[in-house]
Amino acid sequence: MTKFPLLSLLVFTPCIGAAVLAITRRASASVARVLTLLFSLSTLGLGLVAAASFDPTRTGMQWIEQHTWIEALNVHYRLGLDGLSLVLVLLTGVVSPTALLASWRIKSSARAFGALFLLLQSAAIGVFLALDFFHWFVFWELSLIPAFFLIKLWGGPAATRAAYQFVIYTIGGSAFMLLGFAAIFAATGTLDFIRLAQEAADGALAESLARAGGWWPTAVFLGVLLGLAVKVPLFPFHTWLPSTYAEAPTGVSMFLTGVMSKMGVYGFLRILWPLFPAQLHAVSGVLLWLALGGVVLGAFAAMRQTDLKRMIAYSSINHLSYCLLALFAVSAATGGPKPAAHAAAAALSGTILQMFNHGISAAALFACVGMIESRCDGRRGLHDFGGLRTVAPVFAGLTGIAMFSSLGLPGLNGFVGEFLIFRGVFGLAPWAAAIATLGLLATAVFLLTFWQRVFHGPARGATTAGFAALSGVEYATLVPLVALMFILGIWPQLLARLINPLITTWAGHLNLP
Amino acid sequence: MLMSVTAAHVWLIPALPLLAAGIGALTPRVGRRLAAGAAIVALAVSFLLSCGALVTALADPAAHLVHNFAWFDLGDSAVRLGWLLDPLTAFMCVMVTFVGLLIFIFSTGYMHEDANFTRFFCFLSLFAAAMLGLIVANSLLLLFICWELVGLASYLLIGFWFHKPEAAAAGKKAFITTRIGDLGLLLGMVWLYDATGSLLFYDGGNGVLETNALGALTAQFTIGGLAVSTAIGLLIFCGAVGKSGQFPLHVWLPDAMEGPTPVSALIHAATMVAAGVFLVARVYPLMTADLPLTGVPLHALTVVAAIGAITALLGAVIAVGQSDIKRILAFSTVSQLGYMMLALGVGSWVAAIFHLLTHAFFKALLFLGAGSVIHAAHHEQDIRRLGGLRRPLRVTFATFAIGMMALAGVPFLFSGFWSKEAILHAAHGWTVSPLPLYVALAGVVLTAFYMTRLVAETFFGTPRSETAEHAHESPATMTVPLVVLAIFAILLGFLGTPAWPWLQARLEGRTEIHGHSLADGAGLMGLSIVLVALGIGAGWALYGRRPRARAAATDPIEGRAPKLFHALRQRLGFDELYAATVGRISDGLAALADWLDRSVWDGTIRFLARLGVFAGVVNREADEDVINGGFDAGSEGLRRGANAYSHAQTGDAHGYLRVVAIGFVMLVLVVMLGGGR
Repeated sequence: MTKFPLLSLLVFTPCIGAAVLAITRRASASVARVLTLLFSLSTLGLGLVAAASFDPTRTGMQWIEQHTWIEALNVHYRLGLDGLSLVLVLLTGVVSPTALLASWRIKSSARAFGALFLLLQSAAIGVFLALDFFHWFVFWELSLIPAFFLIKLWGGPAATRAAYQFVIYTIGGSAFMLLGFAAIFAATGTLDFIRLAQEAADGALAESLARAGGWWPTAVFLGVLLGLAVKVPLFPFHTWLPSTYAEAPTGVSMFLTGVMSKMGVYGFLRILWPLFPAQLHAVSGVLLWLALGGVVLGAFAAMRQTDLKRMIAYSSINHLSYCLLALFAVSAATGGPKPAAHAAAAALSGTILQMFNHGISAAALFACVGMIESRCDGRRGLHDFGGLRTVAPVFAGLTGIAMFSSLGLPGLNGFVGEFLIFRGVFGLAPWAAAIATLGLLATAVFLLTFWQRVFHGPARGATTAGFAALSGVEYATLVPLVALMFILGIWPQLLARLINPLITTWAGHLNLP
Repeated sequence: MLMSVTAAHVWLIPALPLLAAGIGALTPRVGRRLAAGAAIVALAVSFLLSCGALVTALADPAAHLVHNFAWFDLGDSAVRLGWLLDPLTAFMCVMVTFVGLLIFIFSTGYMHEDANFTRFFCFLSLFAAAMLGLIVANSLLLLFICWELVGLASYLLIGFWFHKPEAAAAGKKAFITTRIGDLGLLLGMVWLYDATGSLLFYDGGNGVLETNALGALTAQFTIGGLAVSTAIGLLIFCGAVGKSGQFPLHVWLPDAMEGPTPVSALIHAATMVAAGVFLVARVYPLMTADLPLTGVPLHALTVVAAIGAITALLGAVIAVGQSDIKRILAFSTVSQLGYMMLALGVGSWVAAIFHLLTHAFFKALLFLGAGSVIHAAHHEQDIRRLGGLRRPLRVTFATFAIGMMALAGVPFLFSGFWSKEAILHAAHGWTVSPLPLYVALAGVVLTAFYMTRLVAETFFGTPRSETAEHAHESPATMTVPLVVLAIFAILLGFLGTPAWPWLQARLEGRTEIHGHSLADGAGLMGLSIVLVALGIGAGWALYGRRPRARAAATDPIEGRAPKLFHALRQRLGFDELYAATVGRISDGLAALADWLDRSVWDGTIRFLARLGVFAGVVNREADEDVINGGFDAGSEGLRRGANAYSHAQTGDAHGYLRVVAIGFVMLVLVVMLGGGR
């Protein structure tokens, strides 16, 4: 059973799908759509298989695949799965098909769209499963290419500019990360995350790097940090995000916020924190303030947006900053005198749950805005509508649930992660938790303003022209996401059991080398 | 014969209305009977279960019966929740299910015409479920979850007529304002969790309200020399301030009257707004833990008493200047909740709960009576345009009058008199300051005064509008609940008289009852009776003897003190003050965040990009070879790098890195030059 290459299948099935779409030149648009969806669903199916066979009591990697790739450079093809990867694979499995369903009615060349989308999906899974920097980075950068074309070719009026900004900004960050890893490779001769983490834990990594010069460990750390900070994004490296999310077509916005933003946070958890615990600890005071900047200013900036997609985009900055806030708080407390394992476990659990929950709720909100946009001639301004709830009560209800999930209403999924993050951060850096509550308040303000302006009051603006009832495909987009909001809100144990042993181990080893 | 309901079963009490809410949510608009029937039946069964729970709880009133369970794993332990059954829970459950049931029945008449009838009952059931969940929770976390859900139900129901912009705005205002308080509660909760490792109230000695945890919390000190228990208590109290409409977060409650009147009766008078009082009573061991400490700057209860006293007076004063029948009652609710907080603050949580229970009945009665008036007068809510309704609306008038006398504290027969007496006596016995007592006594006059004004303007004199002239009594579905509530507005007081304080004894966990003669403290009681008479007399003198002739006539107080009356009508300008301060600051912060994004952060990036483009242009103008040269150098570097790798650790990485860096910058520039422009 261990010989079965489950993880390779997970990574490459969408890729195969892309190839199939590329060669079936005469397939009609509807065939292409169905093929895309089926290949995209492979992630969910295989992810569930992985979840079913996953042994949560083991904290190491499972389903490991290892093959020598480039012997001269000591580069290996290594894949592995732990609780963190599994949660993100499942998230990709849920968000990707719904994003495709939300793109069901794209106007031109469904085949090319599907192929690019599958490539993007494949790259994301690759990032979540790779254990060797070499092909991790290949997937990391590979994801940009389909994303670039998806935004540029199927996006809104200013898509070209947004796509360039997105790609150049991200590559600019990644370049420094690549340089950092080149230095690590030169110093240690390996790119294996697991081995590097072990070396970092006993201090050998910093020692090897320091042989080239005392400031090297810091420089390499900053390079990797920059690459990840742009990707998440960490405040103030976030300015590419609102225009990119706003200009991308709905389905791609869903994937970008649902999955790609998690790649950055994943990088923080898988690479930066384990490899550079001391360096991260040293700057975590500053980083905490930056994360707070994202939490508070991100939410307040959202209050000023009149484009609904930009508003949701800013709320993504706010939500992802909670994840980073928790991680930085843990890092700041690492090696401290006070044993804070309980708070750290809460903060880290909260981070991972928040990643999943934000993926679900932000994707749903983008889908909802997309449905409004597609019915109202592309209008999606805060002031373009009024009284939508009168003409579309069911749609209003589903949007409302997604919105309340996003603002952390208990009973829905968003609350669990946020509660754990606040509980953890309070135990580690109480002042940061107190300031971060401003973000919670501002989130409630702008989401309820959105709801009030668009759905309440008398029918006016674009609403007066009517609003077609949701189609079957649109129900299929929203209902699974909304159902998950309820399920995970009431029964968080479903995810918690997958990550808890891992979290417990992490929280138990908060020492500095 | 009542079934034996134990702590392991109490979850059924909130679960049944939740099920009804689910049914209501999935019922199409035409299924009116199904939605309303499910809601009423579910709540009726919950009521019976609550009675069973009360029997169980009274069998051993000192016990806190619990049933705890793990919600999800966290680290080497788990996040645990639980159910609790004690007299406080049981009395609250009985009250909420019983008053709720009457209001549900009333709603079938009141909302009969509404197109979204099924949705209304869905939301009402959701509210009942959350409210009951809040009461039976044995965990601050579970309580918080339900606390937020009652907030959601309140939001949905205030904005039930969402096509009205005022209703939509009022719902949002309520949600945001209470959320400000809830953030304090959230912080208090996570602090408590961090400090004690648990959020269960009672857990066989390990709960946060039990001796071990309380000892630990009072042994540590925090900012300003406060005991940790004081700080946590005050943060938790923030939540109560928001939810119970206490100063300075009281501004949302009057606006919440935009909701349908049964909602105002159930949520914004009888139950949800009292949740803050319940919360403080629930965590009372925590709130009082700091009392034995001397040398601390502040005790948590002192703040509770101060806020309660301010609110009690403020609400009563503003109520005098209102002319919307529901707004008057809303400010009266604010004031009465202030009384309850005051009682908690001066150390008598049982008096607070006694008043909570009696208030729930007579205030629900008053609101439903107001609803009956509004229904009869075709949605006319302005008392200046009503008048003379005592003749056409006989049942409504009679029951409303009972409610008014209970609220005003007319002696001996009415429940409000006894519960208010209990609060006055508690305030009298408070050694820290006599101010709460004075404030409470001033409030007694004002309450009697504004209620007399309300009754005189609405029911006496002559009809002052077309609709008031043609008013006719409401159907039996509406009047029967009024009669039942009126009966309880009288009877309930006899459960807690000083001579036989049965309710207080059971709440405190005692099986024997220590009554004392009415002659004890007769002076205070006599004073309060005189004050009530004064208030009613003044009210009748101004509004009853010479009734208003026309709707546009000036108010007698307005005639004597126009500025004062105007200020009261404007609710003393709190809304304007908040808009000018909190609103401005928030807008300013939003504008700042947006400006930082557009100008500073994005500006820096654009500047860097321009710099890159500029450098590229200069290079191209000068010599194409620079780029090509750079590329060659890059290739060379790659070759050398490969060599370096093959002889691992030659220390040659510096040069390689430098070249790779140059290569990357060039690459980015090339991409920018080629594509960006």
